[in-house]
Amino acid sequence: MMPGYPFKFDRKYLPVIVTILMFVFAFVAASIKYTGFGTFQVFYNMLIDNSFIIISAVGVTFVIISGNIDLSMGAMIAFVSMVAAALTEKVHLSPFLTIPLVVALATLMGSGMGAIITYFKVPAFIATLAGMFLARGLCFVISIEAININDPFFRDVALFQIPMPGNTFISINVIIMLVMVLLGIYLAHYTRFGRAVYAIGGSEQSALLMGLPVNRTKVLVYAFNGFCSGVAGVVYSFYLLSGYGLNANGFELDIISSVVIGGTLLSGGFGYVIGTVFGVLIQGIIQNIITFDGTLNSWWTRIVVGLLTLLFIVMQRVLTFKSKSRVTKSAT
Amino acid sequence: MNRIRQFWKRNSSNGLTWSVLALVGLAVFNLIFRPNFFSLEIKNGHLYGSMIDILWNGAPLMVLALGMTLVIATGGVDLSVGPVIAITAAVALSLIGTQTGVTNTPLPVVYMVALGIAALCGLWNGFLITRIGIQPIVATLILFVAGRGVAQMITNGKIVRIFYDPYFFLGGGYLLFIPFSLFIVAGVYLLGWLFTRRTTFGLFLESIGTNPSSSRFSGINEKNVKLLAYTISGLCAGIAGILISSNLKSADGNNAGLWYELDAILSVALGGTALAGGRFSLAGSFLGALIIQSLTTTIYSIGIPPQVVMVVKAVVVFLVSLLQSENFRKLLTAKLAFRKGAAQ
Repeated sequence: MMPGYPFKFDRKYLPVIVTILMFVFAFVAASIKYTGFGTFQVFYNMLIDNSFIIISAVGVTFVIISGNIDLSMGAMIAFVSMVAAALTEKVHLSPFLTIPLVVALATLMGSGMGAIITYFKVPAFIATLAGMFLARGLCFVISIEAININDPFFRDVALFQIPMPGNTFISINVIIMLVMVLLGIYLAHYTRFGRAVYAIGGSEQSALLMGLPVNRTKVLVYAFNGFCSGVAGVVYSFYLLSGYGLNANGFELDIISSVVIGGTLLSGGFGYVIGTVFGVLIQGIIQNIITFDGTLNSWWTRIVVGLLTLLFIVMQRVLTFKSKSRVTKSAT
Repeated sequence: MNRIRQFWKRNSSNGLTWSVLALVGLAVFNLIFRPNFFSLEIKNGHLYGSMIDILWNGAPLMVLALGMTLVIATGGVDLSVGPVIAITAAVALSLIGTQTGVTNTPLPVVYMVALGIAALCGLWNGFLITRIGIQPIVATLILFVAGRGVAQMITNGKIVRIFYDPYFFLGGGYLLFIPFSLFIVAGVYLLGWLFTRRTTFGLFLESIGTNPSSSRFSGINEKNVKLLAYTISGLCAGIAGILISSNLKSADGNNAGLWYELDAILSVALGGTALAGGRFSLAGSFLGALIIQSLTTTIYSIGIPPQVVMVVKAVVVFLVSLLQSENFRKLLTAKLAFRKGAAQ
């Protein structure tokens, strides 16, 4: 680090900055091309429609930074909203009991998967794949049909609009999302847990030799991820006001590609929560552009998201390759 | 008794033993709850019966499981088989066209183009993994995300239905009383067995899965072997796609081959191939696919809601992967030894 350059550009921020610039560029370009796109409400709607994805993606960012993977988020979100719907509508439990209960349940399931992965060395994608099947199957065990939520508290929260300047509004879900993002940033950069996560992702062996609580941290990461899925599931039930076993299908891939587009390294050890937020928003903007355009078909969303994911992975490979060769050069 | 114990000791750690036991268990269960499970009859020159149904419905999965076995043996995984099924089905049916009894393209060309594109999908996965160095889960995830979009693009977002009888033969036809798809499965497995056990390819796969760097240093072209494994997996998904579309007579970009990747991985795991790579068994994967199909059919036929199948499969995956885990086995044997000690 050269002294005297307080604003020296650090290349480790490059992927995140590319993501944010890409979002801004896409937003500006779409605003010029489509009338009515460049308003605050369109931006707020993106936050409203993607709040549960962002919340779950925060948890997955930790999992991926720690060098692991999770494939069960979509199913967990569906499961949590299903249990919430069943508890309020069939059991008539108060929402103030239901919500903590379902979040606790999701946290427990997350820790369970984490424990199986960590202590029994079951490959993460197998354990979370099984978790995905389990959560989806349990949804249908609860009810094959969708359960609508008519509880007044859920309805009030869902329909409440927080006014914003310029005759626009956001929902309570956006506030919950912002709190979760701040919590994620705090955990990642201002706690011992966060530093341990980065260290494990960088090199598990070194983290172990440094005396970090590797196993405990790995289970905690999955527990936090489960917690995030739980909150995301609650937010999702506010958003849809129903629970159904086929809801949130394919979210796991949207979420993982958001994390990747947000600049988190899939091999672990590197990434930022804020990048993930913009990764989700980029997918949101693609969907919005396709809706605004009207001539493009919905399948383009998937293709573009797939290509963007690929682009970012290749970019990461090139960047890490360069920094590695720099290390070897300085070593010789 | 002693002999049985010895036999057990020798074979209990072998994945195949467990698979056969599971299959026998399922058969006994069926025999109790559905006495006509084993009955076979011949109607109009076709063999009918529950067991034939299981084999017939399981054919696509069995083919998929072979490709997945090779990929998992290298220590990777292929998550994109479902979308590749959808793409193959979309290509094949678009080439045939929707007129009754007429095809726009001769069938051999249809098969070659569809399978060629499926192999290309596999090659693309292999290229990303071996040449760009992306982890298998993520590389195949890209096609998983984009693949269904591509399939929908090919069919213009519609479900294509065809009315050309010769195409239905592969998935729905009969030869010598037996569903023709079973001959395809047999052919694929015979080729797979010849290719992995009568050439060095199988050995290379196991070597790479066990230790990639030592294989590289001993002169195995790790990249090309992996590339070939993923291409074969794509090709198998293509064959499965043709079987499925010829059976359903339609191609649905959204739903063709949905959840198949999970079933294929599960078949491989049940067959005793270590999910971390290394030694593999094609016969085991075949048995694994058979178990999954029997499980699904059994659950359907005793009147449990079909969606509950997922819970059962999840429990099976957890059990199998825990049994494969050394730490879990140690924990288990330690507990048993402790109990024995306490009893004495």
